[in-house]
Amino acid sequence: MKEKHVKRVDLIFEKVECREIIEKIMNMDPDDICQEVLESDLKGRGGAGFPTGMKWRFAAKEKESVKYIVCNADEGEPGTFKDREILDQVPGKVFCGMAVAARAVGAKNGYVYLRGEYKFLIPKLNEYLNTFHKMMDEFNLNFRIHIRLGSGAYICGEESALFESIEGKRGEPRNKPPYPTTSGLFGKPTTINNVETLVHTVMIIKYGAAHFKELGTKDSRGSKVFSVSGDTPKSGIYELELGMSVNEFVEEFGDGDTKSVQVGGASGFCVPRKKFEETIIGFEGVPTGGSMKLFNSTRSMYNVLHNYLDFFTEESCGQCTPCRVGCQQLLKGVEAVKRGDKNSRYLDELVKLAKTMKRASKCGLGQSVGNAFGSIVENFKEEIIY
Amino acid sequence: METLIENELVRDLANKHGRTRESLLPILQDLVVQNRFLSKQDMVDVARELDISAADVFGTATFYTFLDTEVRGKYIIRVCKTISCAMKGKHDILGTIEDTLKIKLGETSSNRKFSLLETNCIGWCHKAPAMLINDTPYTELTPEKVTEILREYIKK
Repeated sequence: MKEKHVKRVDLIFEKVECREIIEKIMNMDPDDICQEVLESDLKGRGGAGFPTGMKWRFAAKEKESVKYIVCNADEGEPGTFKDREILDQVPGKVFCGMAVAARAVGAKNGYVYLRGEYKFLIPKLNEYLNTFHKMMDEFNLNFRIHIRLGSGAYICGEESALFESIEGKRGEPRNKPPYPTTSGLFGKPTTINNVETLVHTVMIIKYGAAHFKELGTKDSRGSKVFSVSGDTPKSGIYELELGMSVNEFVEEFGDGDTKSVQVGGASGFCVPRKKFEETIIGFEGVPTGGSMKLFNSTRSMYNVLHNYLDFFTEESCGQCTPCRVGCQQLLKGVEAVKRGDKNSRYLDELVKLAKTMKRASKCGLGQSVGNAFGSIVENFKEEIIY
Repeated sequence: METLIENELVRDLANKHGRTRESLLPILQDLVVQNRFLSKQDMVDVARELDISAADVFGTATFYTFLDTEVRGKYIIRVCKTISCAMKGKHDILGTIEDTLKIKLGETSSNRKFSLLETNCIGWCHKAPAMLINDTPYTELTPEKVTEILREYIKK
């Protein structure tokens, strides 16, 4: 029987000689690179969890001569800060991952879309990028990376909004389909991956798919970098094996008085103490882009919910009605219940509204507001009302 | 005369970043670095340089929180208000800044040196509370630490 504990891993921050990786992929058939990543079962580490190898293969199959690789470094989910650390510690590995993806799908240009809040990283990134481009020249590889900055808009982390932003427009998500691998940045086939995902592909090339699969569970292979914050004596960034239960996580990181854990940030799920044991952190249970926030019994879950709704109301791009109006009404609604202007049954109406938003909103933002809303209201109803 | 100088800046930035639609955000971002905000005149001039409508420029600029279209100070302080920072004493930090700079949240000091704003998660939750002064993050703030940081900026 597998021993129950939280296993620390050190792959993402392991120092790697990028030159060796580039040499290795130069000797690989592009399709074999896709195959290796596909076999690893790596799923996107930004939160959505789409199989990376499949994404690469879709883009590789496109016949267009111009294709793009985009690194999504618009890390805006409340409670997520691991990509900043990865970009700060191992920027060369991130660029290397983009080169691996470029070789796999046949792209000549890549973009890093960095959130404006991380602008202080730019001098360092440019320094590493210079070295990277020199290395590309040495290998006679025609791949160039451009860095673009965001300007304080959470929604630009949504892939199609991110493309709009690079194109110089308002960051409003597009209709899907077409998906990015068919028509993404500038209408060209585009492979967009999270910072951490790209670094994982470097390690998969280095050690092989089998090595990656040794960790994790059937549905959640490998390790993941977690951003731990809130009521914990050990807040920080930790790379851990996927597949642990919330209980195991809390035993490691809790302060002894944890009443709930918000897994996946404001757009994720609230797991109350009574469900710690049965809830797995991973794609088979509650998925996360890395954000793990612990709350102890001194915290009001009304304040937590209110903070999240305030966040979404501000960050909703406003183009589709379910999300724009829905966020505002949920916020007004919980305030009215708290004041006593509306009775507790009104919360059921609000839960229905959140469900409608999930179905009717255009992008992931409006579709996920109901995750936190539904799970907090369901588990902490009395804290919302009284 | 002032308009002419601003035009030159816009022209220089268009020369640097290009005149395609893709260049719009880098130009606006650099204008904010220079002037701390986007004036109506600047946006009209950018529109002319890029040969797009001024409404398009305004519409794009106002979408992004960091592309301010209101007058801001030389140092823009953005205090994170998202959950971890809110839990770990953001309120006291804000109060200390207001008392020290004698401005309220949302205001700019009369000498246009400081603006005080709130912002959503800036990615330092494990070192909350946190704030940005222009591009520089400051973390694990206490009222004492904030007073010390501001003292340095006041001297600048």
